[in-house]
Amino acid sequence: MSGAGSFPETLTEQAKALAAGQFSSVELTQHYLDRIKRLDPQVNSFINVCPELAMAQALVADTARARGEAGPLSGLPYANKDIFCTAGIKTTCASRMLANWRAPYDATVVRNLAQAGMVMLGKTNMDEFAMGSSNENSWFGPVRNPWDLERVPGGSSGGSAAAVAARLAPVATGTDTGGSIRQPAALCGITGLKPTYGRVSRWGMIAFASSLDQGGPMGLSAEDLAMLMNVMAGSDPRDSTSVERPPEDFTSQLALPLSGLRIGLPREFNDGNLSAPIAASVAEAAATLEQLGAKLVDVSLPHAGMAIPAYYVVASAEASSNLSRYDGVRFGHRCEAPKDLADLYSRSRAEGFGAEVQRRILVGTYVLSAGYYEAWYRKAQQVRRLIQTDYVRAFENVDVMLGPTTPSTAFRLGENADDPLTMYLSDIYTTGVNLAGLPGLSMPGRAVGNLPVGLQLIGNYFGEQRLLQIAHQYQKQTGWHLARPAFAEL
Amino acid sequence: MSLSTAELLRVARLARLRIDEEDAGAHAAQLTGILEHFAAMAAVDTTGVAPLAHALEVTAVTRPDAVTEEIDRSQLQADAPLVEDGYYLVPRVIE
Repeated sequence: MSGAGSFPETLTEQAKALAAGQFSSVELTQHYLDRIKRLDPQVNSFINVCPELAMAQALVADTARARGEAGPLSGLPYANKDIFCTAGIKTTCASRMLANWRAPYDATVVRNLAQAGMVMLGKTNMDEFAMGSSNENSWFGPVRNPWDLERVPGGSSGGSAAAVAARLAPVATGTDTGGSIRQPAALCGITGLKPTYGRVSRWGMIAFASSLDQGGPMGLSAEDLAMLMNVMAGSDPRDSTSVERPPEDFTSQLALPLSGLRIGLPREFNDGNLSAPIAASVAEAAATLEQLGAKLVDVSLPHAGMAIPAYYVVASAEASSNLSRYDGVRFGHRCEAPKDLADLYSRSRAEGFGAEVQRRILVGTYVLSAGYYEAWYRKAQQVRRLIQTDYVRAFENVDVMLGPTTPSTAFRLGENADDPLTMYLSDIYTTGVNLAGLPGLSMPGRAVGNLPVGLQLIGNYFGEQRLLQIAHQYQKQTGWHLARPAFAEL
Repeated sequence: MSLSTAELLRVARLARLRIDEEDAGAHAAQLTGILEHFAAMAAVDTTGVAPLAHALEVTAVTRPDAVTEEIDRSQLQADAPLVEDGYYLVPRVIE
């Protein structure tokens, strides 16, 4: 129960309660809007809240339910990362460049969630253009971690993670290019799933690095994520990289036992970067899964240490190309009184983009430029192949892998702000998964003091159901996912 | 591995990002630090390894050549910085 009263907190329980008529979607939605209004000034997890739209969607859901036309997600609220385009509601990507931009259409994910009857509470804060691991790179100010308001929530989906942890929304959307769902989920003590590349449509999801970007759900439990995956996943004729697959019910295997499952423990994740208490938390989780019937297997990912360099070269290169569209001409920020076209472009972009985005555009432009392409971009793509091959080989002997999501717990605001390299290292265990295009899930394990710890499960291609099954069984057994920050009691 | 101020300014020009000359040195130093770390990749033997551009080897996807989207120009241009009669306005390019 939230501090404010009588509503259950997980999506699964809320769905049951709505179906049983214990309360209406209008009441549930109002509860969250009230909490956001009262508490979000301390967290800054939302860039824009949309009470009118939310109440209208809630009313439609209640009316549908009264007519017997409610689906499993009808009337359930969610928070939407401000990278997904929403017609009529500003979509900023946390950038000055798009601070007042209104998309002319809804992203496919947004449309799917709306068609399922879900209620959008608002658009969540993030690192600008999804570039960052602390949510300090936002034009709209940093997000604070509900577990400790002096610490970062992680990024780039930091607003989504903080909103769920603070019980300002039951679930949220996120995107993950190098860890941007899993890392903030870990730091905020929630559960987040980065699906296989191509599972969830990228149409209307503002591009950062197109060969790596993937949208996914964030929430309090694996069960809740499974419900959301049922409407988020699916091929989309508007996204030619979305994969044609028969529809799946992502909740259908949650209850299966873990007996006989082979869980790989990549030995390279136990490196010098991993803090001892997090290593202990991972070991404890491995032992729990073993008790539940899984078999632990030592595996090796020999090129794991190259994931960060390969990732940042590839992602920055793609970003420098994707972000060339922001030129101050067709939409977005435009500088005052440009003296010529070159000045219009270069000053609009310098004013519209923050420091980290500019840094990555510069790195990306450099590694793609004549004379450097072979040594940098091509080399990174070759290393990417080696990283993928490592995973493919390891999956010949195991069903999933278990490791840490992050090397440390949430750091203090400002602690790494002037040190991009240290910041990049917080994604050391997540970026390889994106390079290989695999699904990854982060769920809370044993906390370190008051700070949450993320356990990362890595699956084989299209193995989301297996990840959700293992996470659900672990969560039934341990309950770490139900730990709540004191802030949630407010 | 070191990025000079002149190189930094060249890259910034390619990226259409205005960087003031007095700040260019600091940017170059920071990028040098980052690239030095990434240069660890050079030690990896990639002889004969085909570059991987995309995790799932997607092939070109085709569809029937039919009009599926209706675009409302005025709505599309509603948030443009400067438009006139459906055209985007930019500073004069040809005198």
